[in-house]
Amino acid sequence: MSEVISQYGLILLGMACLFSFFMAWGVGANDVANAMGTSVGAGAITIKQAIIIAMIFEFAGAWLAGGEVTSTIRSSIIDVETAGFDERPELLVYGMLSSLLAAGIWLLIASKYGLPVSTTHSIIGAIVGFAAVGISFDSIMWGQIGSIVASWVISPLIAGIISFSLFMTVQHLVLSTDNPFANAKKYVPYYIFLVGFVIAMVTMVKGLRHVGLEITFAQSAAMAIGFGIITMLIGVLMLRRIPEPSSGMMHNQFASVESVFAILMIFTACSMAFAHGSNDVANAIGPLAAINSVVRSGGVFETESALPMWILLLGGFGIVSGLAIWGYRVIATIGRNITELTPSRGFAAELAAATTVVIASGTGIPVSTTHTLVGAVLGVGVARGIGALNLSTVGKIFLSWIVTLPVGALLSIMFFFILRALFG
Amino acid sequence: MNNPISALFGPSPIKPIQKHMAKAQSCIALLGDFLEASYIKEWQKAEEIQQVIHKTENEADALKREIRTHLPRSLWLPVARNDLLEMLQIQDRLANRARDIAGIMLGRKIEIPGELVECVRDYYQKNLNTSAQALKAINELDELLETGFRGKEATLVEGLVVELDELEHQSDVSQVKLRAMLFQMEDSLPPVHVIFLYKIIDRLGELADISQKVGSRLLLLIAK
Repeated sequence: MSEVISQYGLILLGMACLFSFFMAWGVGANDVANAMGTSVGAGAITIKQAIIIAMIFEFAGAWLAGGEVTSTIRSSIIDVETAGFDERPELLVYGMLSSLLAAGIWLLIASKYGLPVSTTHSIIGAIVGFAAVGISFDSIMWGQIGSIVASWVISPLIAGIISFSLFMTVQHLVLSTDNPFANAKKYVPYYIFLVGFVIAMVTMVKGLRHVGLEITFAQSAAMAIGFGIITMLIGVLMLRRIPEPSSGMMHNQFASVESVFAILMIFTACSMAFAHGSNDVANAIGPLAAINSVVRSGGVFETESALPMWILLLGGFGIVSGLAIWGYRVIATIGRNITELTPSRGFAAELAAATTVVIASGTGIPVSTTHTLVGAVLGVGVARGIGALNLSTVGKIFLSWIVTLPVGALLSIMFFFILRALFG
Repeated sequence: MNNPISALFGPSPIKPIQKHMAKAQSCIALLGDFLEASYIKEWQKAEEIQQVIHKTENEADALKREIRTHLPRSLWLPVARNDLLEMLQIQDRLANRARDIAGIMLGRKIEIPGELVECVRDYYQKNLNTSAQALKAINELDELLETGFRGKEATLVEGLVVELDELEHQSDVSQVKLRAMLFQMEDSLPPVHVIFLYKIIDRLGELADISQKVGSRLLLLIAK
């Protein structure tokens, strides 16, 4: 039993809750907007609808599929035994607190100075920083870090390939045909099926374990198909409301075609919020989960303990309040700026990004939803689908990476030593 | 704006390019009014129209500059950037030609001999038809973007360009006829006047030539 933990345990846990909420608030205010803004910009949903969708599906994503990433951040980056947390569990508490604080503060500074930072990169940089310097270089599971960093390059790439392929099918099946409107009505339900199926499938195969459900692959597939069909039926009902284009001329059809795809984009917006919830909530609650398990057990860190529901609720509530208080402004700005991304493109980008992120979540890999979405949009660009793309943004993202990792690390090292000096 | 998602989207040059072509076409359309005024020697009115042409051409120039400054190399377009800039340059020459023709005619108060007026009118119309067809093709650019530059829409534009070539040919035929007529009567006119009449005929014909080039550039854009 650690003395520090028994003496200051509740104070430390209280601080952790506060910082974690602050971090979740930041995720809600900034990141969610990136995920939802494309749908608003494409005119598929209003800001109000975006916020409602985000609230429901961010939460569902965090709850149903967020367990794996949370457990990665909680206990798969630092090797507990090598780090010596058995003897001094308070070091883990200081470190995780410092990481939350470092990432939160860096996000604030960066958004003030206009760097497109990712919460995922900040928190990983911070955890690696305090552990490598404050504990020992060997305490970090470098293999795991290597695969996380690799996923940061691979996830935008995969999303780009998926969105490219999706948009090519849209061109082939709908846009370049004789009657794009009729074909849009014919094929969009299948895309809606795909959205429901993919999200349900990945969630059930990869994510539901921590909720306590054990299902076989065949059962998962059957349920995912069922879920896909239900979403498709809802979609078909919604599609009935789209009026036929008044004239048979091909030229006036495209506006109607886009309004068919706008229905599809409502579904991909849901999947995007779900994917974001499944991956990014962990950035805020992973460290809290680690601190909680140390404090609650009086100093014993259990790598395999279940994620308490209240932590998830705290993360979900933080995100939702960040979204409600600040996020809508960001969504509004993005919505105004992205007018070039029409629904026939936007859905391809969103579905590709959501699929990639949900797969990463299921595998327990923290990726950046925003970067993945950028990769997906570029994929549509490769298919000649977008009027003009600023490639300098890609450069800026790389720059923010190179800055975020060391700055997150330095800040958390600093806070780590301060906390250790304060509490002993 | 620091948001990476909204920063990712640049201003699309497609609509501005179409707007620029529309400006060039209105210069050419105004030239028709100018010619009508010159046939009846209403130089006062002709000058007013020439001023409007000049103003419209300036607007086209401003648009051209604006498009260029918004097309940095870091921008990733669905069409080749060089082809697009080249096309803009060609479109701009249409506006310049229209301005030049009005300028030269007004400066020298060039009168079209009465016997030629009908023929010049027809010749001008042929050139106007050609540039109007070029505008029609350019106006398909946004639909081309919508369909990703393939399929049905690409075929439609190729068809428009074939028609454009045919219209240009008609302008050539009309030019040959007009030149022949002028040749018949050139002894009865002051030599300097004749030289300038040939020059005007040439310049008018260039309107169709340049319009045709706009079309072939457009096909290059689609093919990428």
